[in-house]
Amino acid sequence: MALKIVKGSIDRMFDKNLQDLVRGIRNHKEDEAKYISTCIDEIKQELKQDNIAVKANAVCKLTYLQMLGYDVSWAAFNIVEVMSSSKFTYKRIGYLAASQCFHESTDVIMLTTNQIRKDLSSPNQYDTGVALTGLSCFVTPDLARDLANDIMTLMSHTKPYIRKKAVLIMYKVFLKYPESLRPAFPRLKEKLEDPDPGVQSAAVNVICELARRNPKNYLSLAPLFFKLMTSSTNNWVLIKIIKLFGALTPLEPRLGKKLIEPLTNLIHSTSAMSLLYECVNTVIAGQYWFSLCVQKLRILIEDSDQNLKYLGLLAMSKILKTHPKSVQSHKDLILQCLDDKDESIRLRALDLLYGMVSKKNLMEIVKKLMLHVDKAEGTTYRDELLTKIIDICSQSNYQYITNFEWYISILVELTRLEGTRHGHLIASQMLDVAIRVKAIRVFAVAQMATLLDNAHLLTGNMQRNGICEVLYAAAWICGEFSEHLENPMQTLEAMLRPKVATLPGHIQAVYVQNAAKLFATILKSQEGNTDSTAAQDTSQLMIDRLPLFVQSANLEVQERASCILQLVKYIQKLQQKDVEVAEEVNALFAGELNPVAPKAQKKVPVPEGLDLDAWINEPPSESESEDEQPKAIFAKEEPKHSRPRHTEVDEKELARRREARKQEQANNPFYIKASPSSQKVLSIFLKSCLVLCPTGLPMSDQYVKLEEERRQKERAEKKKKEKKKRKEKRSGRGKKHDSGPESEEDITPAHQVDIVTEEMPENALPSDDDDKDPNDPHKALDIDLDKPLADSEKLPVRSHRAAEAAKSPAEDGETENATSLEPKKKSSKEKREKKKDKDRDRKVMVKCWIHHWDCKSSKHKKKKQKKEKEEKEKKKKKKHHHHHHHSDGGGEESVQNGTVEEEEPLPVSLSHRLINPQVVYDIQGNLQDGSQVVVSVIFENKCDSFLKSMEFNVLDSLNSKLQRPEGSGPHDGLTVPFQLPPGVSNEARFVFTVQSIVMPQKLKGTLTFIVKVDSSTHEKLDFKLHFTCTSYLITTPCYSDAFAKLLESGDLKGSSVRLEGVNMPFHHLLARICFHHHFSIVERIDSCASMYSRSIQGHHVCLLVKTSGQTVSIDAKCDEPTLLGNVLDEIKQTFSQC
Amino acid sequence: MIKAILIFNNHGKPRLIRFYQYFAEDMQQQIIRETFHLVSKRDDNVCNFLEGGSLIGGSDYKLIYRHYATLYFVFCVDSSESELGILDLIQVCCYFFKMLCRKKQMVFVETLDKCFENVCELDLIFHMDRVHYILQEVVMGGMVLETNMNEIVAQVEVQNRMEKSEGGLSAAPARAVSAVKNMNLPEIPRNINIGDINIKVPSLSPF
Repeated sequence: MALKIVKGSIDRMFDKNLQDLVRGIRNHKEDEAKYISTCIDEIKQELKQDNIAVKANAVCKLTYLQMLGYDVSWAAFNIVEVMSSSKFTYKRIGYLAASQCFHESTDVIMLTTNQIRKDLSSPNQYDTGVALTGLSCFVTPDLARDLANDIMTLMSHTKPYIRKKAVLIMYKVFLKYPESLRPAFPRLKEKLEDPDPGVQSAAVNVICELARRNPKNYLSLAPLFFKLMTSSTNNWVLIKIIKLFGALTPLEPRLGKKLIEPLTNLIHSTSAMSLLYECVNTVIAGQYWFSLCVQKLRILIEDSDQNLKYLGLLAMSKILKTHPKSVQSHKDLILQCLDDKDESIRLRALDLLYGMVSKKNLMEIVKKLMLHVDKAEGTTYRDELLTKIIDICSQSNYQYITNFEWYISILVELTRLEGTRHGHLIASQMLDVAIRVKAIRVFAVAQMATLLDNAHLLTGNMQRNGICEVLYAAAWICGEFSEHLENPMQTLEAMLRPKVATLPGHIQAVYVQNAAKLFATILKSQEGNTDSTAAQDTSQLMIDRLPLFVQSANLEVQERASCILQLVKYIQKLQQKDVEVAEEVNALFAGELNPVAPKAQKKVPVPEGLDLDAWINEPPSESESEDEQPKAIFAKEEPKHSRPRHTEVDEKELARRREARKQEQANNPFYIKASPSSQKVLSIFLKSCLVLCPTGLPMSDQYVKLEEERRQKERAEKKKKEKKKRKEKRSGRGKKHDSGPESEEDITPAHQVDIVTEEMPENALPSDDDDKDPNDPHKALDIDLDKPLADSEKLPVRSHRAAEAAKSPAEDGETENATSLEPKKKSSKEKREKKKDKDRDRKVMVKCWIHHWDCKSSKHKKKKQKKEKEEKEKKKKKKHHHHHHHSDGGGEESVQNGTVEEEEPLPVSLSHRLINPQVVYDIQGNLQDGSQVVVSVIFENKCDSFLKSMEFNVLDSLNSKLQRPEGSGPHDGLTVPFQLPPGVSNEARFVFTVQSIVMPQKLKGTLTFIVKVDSSTHEKLDFKLHFTCTSYLITTPCYSDAFAKLLESGDLKGSSVRLEGVNMPFHHLLARICFHHHFSIVERIDSCASMYSRSIQGHHVCLLVKTSGQTVSIDAKCDEPTLLGNVLDEIKQTFSQC
Repeated sequence: MIKAILIFNNHGKPRLIRFYQYFAEDMQQQIIRETFHLVSKRDDNVCNFLEGGSLIGGSDYKLIYRHYATLYFVFCVDSSESELGILDLIQVCCYFFKMLCRKKQMVFVETLDKCFENVCELDLIFHMDRVHYILQEVVMGGMVLETNMNEIVAQVEVQNRMEKSEGGLSAAPARAVSAVKNMNLPEIPRNINIGDINIKVPSLSPF
C-alpha cells in the first residue's frame, strides 16, 4: 500500500498540470487536435489512479479542454469523485468542473445530492460557499426539491458570506421547484433588511428578478422597497429597486405619484449616469412628465458618447409604446440617427421609426430606408432593415398604406436583395396582400408573373439565399388568381422550365400544383375557341414537362407531379375524343378559400361533453410505436368538405389532392376569402400596368410620383368642391384657402381598399394569454404571496367536517407510508417524502383555526340621528340575519375540537348593521424565540361598504402581551396596515409575548374601524383569542433511539388518559393527533404508537397511544405536568367531538 | 440575469467561458464564434451594446462588451440588468485580472514588462481556474453577487490561503498561488461606485 502511494507520487511528478497543458497546446499550433487527443488519453490514465490529487489535476485540465469545445461528459463520475474530496483545493476544482459541464440530463447528478447536503452543512464556510456556487449552475428540479430546506436554513446562517449566496441561489431553486416559493418567501423578505449590505443586495436581486415576471404579486412589498430606496446608498441595489418600481408602477398608479419626489431627488443628486438613466426609465414607466423625460432623453441622444446615445434611443422606444405623439416631435433626430456609423444605434433608431409613420410620411420614410438597404453592408443590418420596412408597412392591418401598388412594387424591389434570410417574410407579405386586398390582385398577378419570368435573376445564386422563397408566393398567386393573368400560357411555360427543378422541394411542389391550376384556366379559355388543337398543345406541354418533376427526389414534388401527370394524360385522352373537360377540370380548383386567423384553431371552444384527453380506442400496448397512434387518429379525421366531385377522377385521388391542397394552404399563412362586403365594386386606380424592369429607375419611385400626383389631384378636386360649396353658400367669398400641409385625414387611399379580416371560429373564446409561452419557467412562479399559506402547503387545516373527512385518507396514506417503512427499504425516495413532511411541519405551524363570527358589534357613540331611523327599520332584518349567522357558528363549533370558546350570550338587541367583518386567526409559535407567538389574523369585509382605520387591540393579561411598537402605551391599539374594500380579505400579523405556556388562555380584544357609507361611522367588533396549549407545540420529528433515551432519562413526569368509544381506524386516530395537536409519529407497531412533540419553550411531550376495540389509552410523559395535563385535555376534547 | 460571460482574444480564441444556462459544447463554440464575429467587426469608438446574437437569448437579451487591448469581455444579459452597470462590472473584473497579473509580473514574468498589454491575456490563459474563482465571487448563477471590491478580495484571499495551507494542487506552480493573495489592497477603490468610473469607455485609455 505504502509502495503504491510512493509510486503514485512519483507518477505525479511527471504529470502535466494545467499550465503545462496550456503551454503544450500553444507549442503545437500545427497539430493541436492530435496533441490534445494524446493529452486526453493521459488524462484518462490519470483518472484511473487512486490518488485524488492526480484526479483533481486531471479534472482541472478537463475543465480547460471543455472551454475549447471538447466534450468531457464521460468524466462526469470522476468529477463527482473530486467534488467529494475532503480537501478544499480539490473540492473547488471538482465543483468548478461540474458547474461548467453538468446539466439537467447528466445522470450522475443524482449521486451528488448527499455530498452537496454534506458540504452545505460543512463547518467550513468556504466548502459551503463552493457548493452553493456550483449548485447554482447545475441545480435540477430533484436537487432543488431535496435541498430547498437546507438552503433555506442557510439563509439564516451566521456568516453573511453564506447568507448572501444562499439567498441568491434561492432564485434558481424557485425556478426549478416553484412549490418552495411560498414557504421560503417570508424569510427572503426578512433578508431585505439584513444588516449585511451584501445579503440585502442579494435579496433585492432575487425579488426583483421574481417581480419582473409577475409584478402584481409583489405590489405589497412596495412600501418596504420604498424605504430601502430612500435609505440605501449602494447604487447596484438602487438600480435594481428602481427597475422593480418600473415594473410595479403601471399596476399601481398611486405608487408612481409617490415615487416622483425621491426619483427627482435622485436624478438631481446622483453622479452615476447608470442610476440617472434607470430613474428616467422608471419615470417613463410611471407615465409622468413625459415632456421632461423626452427632453432629457434628447440630451442623451445628442451626446457624443455612443453608449448614452444608444440608451437614449432605447428609452425613447419605451415611451413610443404609450405616447407616440411625444416621440414624433423628435423625428428629425431619429432620422439623423439612421445615418449613424454605429449599427446598434441605427437599429434602435429603426425601432423608433415604427411608431413615427403616418399615411403622409410612410412613402418618404420607406424610400429613405430603401436607400439604406442599397447602401448597407453586412447582411444582418440589411435583413433588419428589410424586416423593419415590412413591419412599418404592415403595421395595424396596413393602416398607413394608401397605395398598395406602391407596396407591391416595394416588395418586388426587395426581392433583388442578395443573401437575405427573409425571403419567406417577403413571400408571406405578398400572399397576404394579394389575398386580402382584392383590388390589388390584377396588379399583383401581373407583377408575380414577371417575377416568375425573371426567376433566373433570383435563383442565380439561390442555394445560399432565401430569396427564392418569394417564388413560392409568386407561383401560388399566379396559380390561384390565374383568371387575372394576361398571358397565362407564358407563365405556365415559365413555371415548367427545367431550371425550376433546382429550386427547393417545397417551392417545386407549389409550382407543380399551381401549374395544374393554370392549366385548368388555360383549358377553359382555349375551349371557348373552336380551335381544339391549342388546348391539346397545352396538355402536351404539361405531359412533356411534368416527368421532370416526377423524377424529383423530393417526395412531395414527386407525388404531386405524378398525380397531375396522370390527370393530364387522362384529360388528353378525353380531348382526343373531343369531350369538353375544361369545366370539370376547373371544378377541381373551384371554391374560394378564406383567410383563417393563425390562432383560430386554438380558439375553438371545446363542446360540452367532449373529453379530449379520453382515449378513443384502447390505449396502445407498450410495444407499439408511439407516433403511430396520432397518425391513425388524424387519418380518421379527414375533413369532409363538400366540393363538386367528378366521377371520372378517382375518388381517392381527389381526396388526396384535397389533402395536398390543404397541406399547401397550411403552408400559406393566409387563405383567400370571399367576404360579402368585398362584393362592392372597387375603383381601381391603375393608370397603366407597369412591367417590372430589373434595371433602370427603381419602379417604386414611379408609384411615389403617381401617388403624389393622385393626392395633388384629389386635393385639387376637394378644393374645387369646397370652393363650389362656398360659392353656393357665400357666393364668391373665401377665395383665400391655402392648402397647407395636408393633414392625415385628407389622404384617402388610392384603392378603396377592403382589407379582409381573418376568420375566427364562431363563439371563439377570447383569451389574452395567447402569446405566453407555456414553457416559460416563470409562469410557474406566478404565485400569490400575500395569501396566507394554504392548507395544502402547510399542515392540513381543519375547517369543516366534510372537508376533513375527505382529506384524511390522503393523509393516512402519508402517515402510513412513513410508519410502515420496512427498516431495510429506506429508499431515498421515501426518505425524501418523509423529509418533505418534516419540512412542511417546520415551516408552517398551524395551531388552530377559530372561525370567529362577529359576536358583538356595537355602535360607537357617534351615531347620527338620521341613521337611527334606518337602523330601526333594518332591525328586523338584522335579527334574522344574525340568527342565521349564529347557527352557522354553531355548526362550526362542533368541528373545532375544543378550541372554540363559548360565545358570550349575544346581546341581540344590538344595533347591528350589515357589517360583518369576519376575523379568522391562526396562532403560530415562533421557533426562534420561545416566548413569542405570532397570530395571523385574516380580516374579511363581508359588508358592502368600505372599512378603514382599523385598529386591533387586545387586553393584555399578566401572561400574554401584545407586542406594540416602542413608545406606545400598554392599552393602545395597533393600526391594521390596510383598508378593506367590500368583499376583500387581508391578513395582518400580530406578535404576542407569552411568559408561561403551560396553561391555555383567552384574550379579549376589540377591533375598531370606520365604516364609510355616505358618511363615516365608527364601529367596534369584540372578539376573543384562544391560545390553546396545543398551539404552543411544534411538530418536531424524533428518531426512535433519541426517543428511547428521552424516556429513559427519567426527567419526565407521566400522566394518562382514556378515551372511550372512539370509532375510527387507528391510523385515522394517529393522523388526527398529528394533525390537530402537532405530534409526529416516532414508531408504530400494530395498534400501538409512540409520538413526540416539543413546545416552543423546549418541553418534550411524549405519547404512547394504544388501542383496543373502541378504547384508546394514551400514556403521556412530559417535563411539565401542567402543560401535559392541558394538552391531554385538549386531545380528549378533540375526540369527544367526533 | 446574466446569461453568459465570454472572454476571448482578438482572434476569437476563448480565454474564459461561463454559461449560466446549459448549452452543449459544440453550441457553446458556435456561440463564441458568432459573438466574436459580431463584436470583432465593430470599431472601437462605437457603443458597447449589441443586439442580435440570435443563438443566445433572443430579443430580451443583449451583448454588453468591452475591448481591452487583445481581449474582448462580453456579457450576455437580459433587460433586468442595467446596461451601464454591467459595463462597470466588466471594468471591475478587468481590474481584478490586471491586479492578478501585475503582481505576478513582479514575481516572475519581468520580461513581459514590455508588452504589458498582453500580460492580461497570458495570465488568463495560464490560470483559467483562478480567474473562474474570482469570477465566482462576483457573479453567481447569473446574478451579481458582490460589488464591494474589498469584500471580493478578502474572500478570494482567504480561499487561496486555504488552498496554500493544503499544499496547493501541485508543488510546482506554488509561486503562482499567492498571486491574488498579494494584491495590494490600498490600490483598490474601496467600493464600486458606479458614478466614479468614467463610463465613456471609448475615450478611456486602456489601463
